[in-house]
Amino acid sequence: MSGGVDSAVAAARAVDAGHDVVGVHLALNRNPGTLRTGSRGCCTIEDSMDARRAATLLGIPFYVWDFSERFQADVMDDFVAEYAAGRTPNPCMRCNEKIKFAALLEKALALGFDAVATGHYANIVTVTGDDGASHRELHRAADWAKDQSYVLGVLTTEQLAHAMFPLGATLSKAEVRAEAAARGLTVAAKPDSHDICFIPDGDTRGFLAGRVGAADGPILDRSGRVLGTHTGAAAFTVGQRKGLNVGFPTDDGRPRFVLEVRPVSNEVIVGPREALAVAAVAGSRFSWAGEPPADAATPFACEVQVRAHADPVPAVAAVRDGELVITLDEPILGVAPGQTAVVYVGTRVLGQCTIDRTVSAVPVRP
Amino acid sequence: MDAMPVYLDHAATSPLRPAVLEAYTAALPLVGNPSSIHGPGQAARELLEQGRDRVAASLGADPVEVVLTGGGTEAVNLGIKGLYWHRAGRVATEGGVSRPRTRNRIIVPLAEHHATIDSVEWLAAHEGAVLDWIEVDELGRIRLDALEAALAVGGDDVALVTALWANNEVGTIQPVAEIVAAAARYGVPVHLDAIAAYGSVPIDFHAVGAAALSVSAHKIGGPVGVGALLLARSASVEPLLHGGNQQRARSGTQDAAGASAFGIAAELATADLAEHAARLATLRDRLVRGIQSTVPGAVLRGDSDPAGRLPGNAHFTFAGCEGDSLLFLLDVAGFSVSTGSACQAGVPEASHVLLAMGLSEPDARGALRVTLGPDTTADEIDALVAVLPGVVEQARAAGLAERQPTLGR
Repeated sequence: MSGGVDSAVAAARAVDAGHDVVGVHLALNRNPGTLRTGSRGCCTIEDSMDARRAATLLGIPFYVWDFSERFQADVMDDFVAEYAAGRTPNPCMRCNEKIKFAALLEKALALGFDAVATGHYANIVTVTGDDGASHRELHRAADWAKDQSYVLGVLTTEQLAHAMFPLGATLSKAEVRAEAAARGLTVAAKPDSHDICFIPDGDTRGFLAGRVGAADGPILDRSGRVLGTHTGAAAFTVGQRKGLNVGFPTDDGRPRFVLEVRPVSNEVIVGPREALAVAAVAGSRFSWAGEPPADAATPFACEVQVRAHADPVPAVAAVRDGELVITLDEPILGVAPGQTAVVYVGTRVLGQCTIDRTVSAVPVRP
Repeated sequence: MDAMPVYLDHAATSPLRPAVLEAYTAALPLVGNPSSIHGPGQAARELLEQGRDRVAASLGADPVEVVLTGGGTEAVNLGIKGLYWHRAGRVATEGGVSRPRTRNRIIVPLAEHHATIDSVEWLAAHEGAVLDWIEVDELGRIRLDALEAALAVGGDDVALVTALWANNEVGTIQPVAEIVAAAARYGVPVHLDAIAAYGSVPIDFHAVGAAALSVSAHKIGGPVGVGALLLARSASVEPLLHGGNQQRARSGTQDAAGASAFGIAAELATADLAEHAARLATLRDRLVRGIQSTVPGAVLRGDSDPAGRLPGNAHFTFAGCEGDSLLFLLDVAGFSVSTGSACQAGVPEASHVLLAMGLSEPDARGALRVTLGPDTTADEIDALVAVLPGVVEQARAAGLAERQPTLGR
């Protein structure tokens, strides 16, 4: 229970469903802030108090469990290391994968619980396979606008076996707020949290400064011509336009975008917007959410989503040489190594990979 | 949790005794500010002073030495900051240059309660205090040689020594007479935090010779929000609260009902102290033996000599366990206990007391404090001993899962 309205209502529904529910608030920061500031951040003492009040109102025991060390190692350090490697990570996915449905779930199982229920908007559907056995599948929430199946795409069969998402069938966030108000939960009108919880001011670059080594390096175009100097490649993100500080315009006057970040050589490659178009993505760190495809080596039609709020696009996927390779029917913009590509078939999450490399749709002109 | 939980967290707060509740509720509706001149005011004043008399008597002090406060934390703050401000003097500026304080050192052991730690650190951050932290031994007892050494380095500079009478987590009783005697050789006043010791060991304020001593009502079956700082006739403190000068060193309308209830609790807690302490010690020893003989890897922390620790205190660490898992499992099983350490937002952290005693952080995180009270029975102790082996085994499994999850790898 984060202290927000979603997890409070999820807990309430789990209680209504007859489960023996205990509220757990995760302490993820050794030095939490005291108060929330607007809609930013989370995990403050105020949030923990809000969660406690909600649990008390629901008549369930409530505990704060400290996962700050694991969170530091598995999420925050990973976040910094990914940026340092020139990649763009999604820490919320890492938290689901390593904390909520790993450290927390395993601790809970050891303490005698059967499952972890969260306030994520997603559905778990149990189907009977051809072999007659039942399988759990992860699906999009009924409310596509709130759907959070993307950030759960990292969950494996084992993790899904012990996951519950009581909000999955909800038709809108307004419905959840109305239900919270009707139940008398004090958090009914609490603003949604945005941004990365451990960067409450939203200043990712400020957070990274001092955590990622920085040295001056060249800004190059795709032909290798030096256009300018940067103060540390890791601070740049693929698709970034502002802050390049190249002192002269392009020949055609159109803006430049970061196309590639090369942390090893400390180079930032820039070029025109259309050069951001990506035709395919691939990654060796992939997983299946539930039953894997019968023959993953044979290309199959799917849809792929590359960010939490991106539209899914048609693609063809296959496992080749230890990599999940996803070829897009039409090139898309805004994809960077480190991001997660979640593969859907209809509403079902089939699996995901962390993108190691992208294939540009626009070859470099000689 | 259908049955009433077995309450074994008396060091956190001890239930109101029935006679205290009676005195408290009888006094609450009475009208009259104890400072008012009229009849009802005088009646309230009499109730207040009877309470003060009883608190004084329970501690071997004179009523004039009892400054009633809004609890133990306020008493500790007033004792430490008040003595510091009085001894160190105000920061003076001469020609725009601030003059350093004289006597700005505070000598303080490492394993103090947070009321003390945060007070002295605040004085260091804002008021120019210099802190001399004194080590404790592996039992949590102050190293008198280190105290002596700190005093010997210019005792003239020292504003005060502050120390626990007994540690609130591991229950180690401190050599308070030796602490006060050492400080006295250098003319340094001592504040003693006797909040954990009160009602468990005899406290004689005049005999020990401290300048100031803090106690709290709710640790001995009195109401929350009432405490006292004993302040020797010879001692002076600067007040924290300014206003109507209702008491020596403290302003604010006095709480006649609270004082009355505190007085009854003080009397009850100290009248049969020797019998009470002996009874607690017997139960506590039964608990310690029970745990040591049934739970592998249980280590008693603090002094294993029963005379060296608070009679109602048993404190163990269980290697490989997280305190929060132990707490959860025992709560579900119907036992209210503690990890013993301060928590913010309910997060149990490794205890600074255990770390000061030389434990590693993983060892310190597996702590469990069981504190007994007047209503504790042998059956309750036996019931706890019966569930603990299973609880510890399960908490160890949870600790392993938490540290090395196999999911998501």
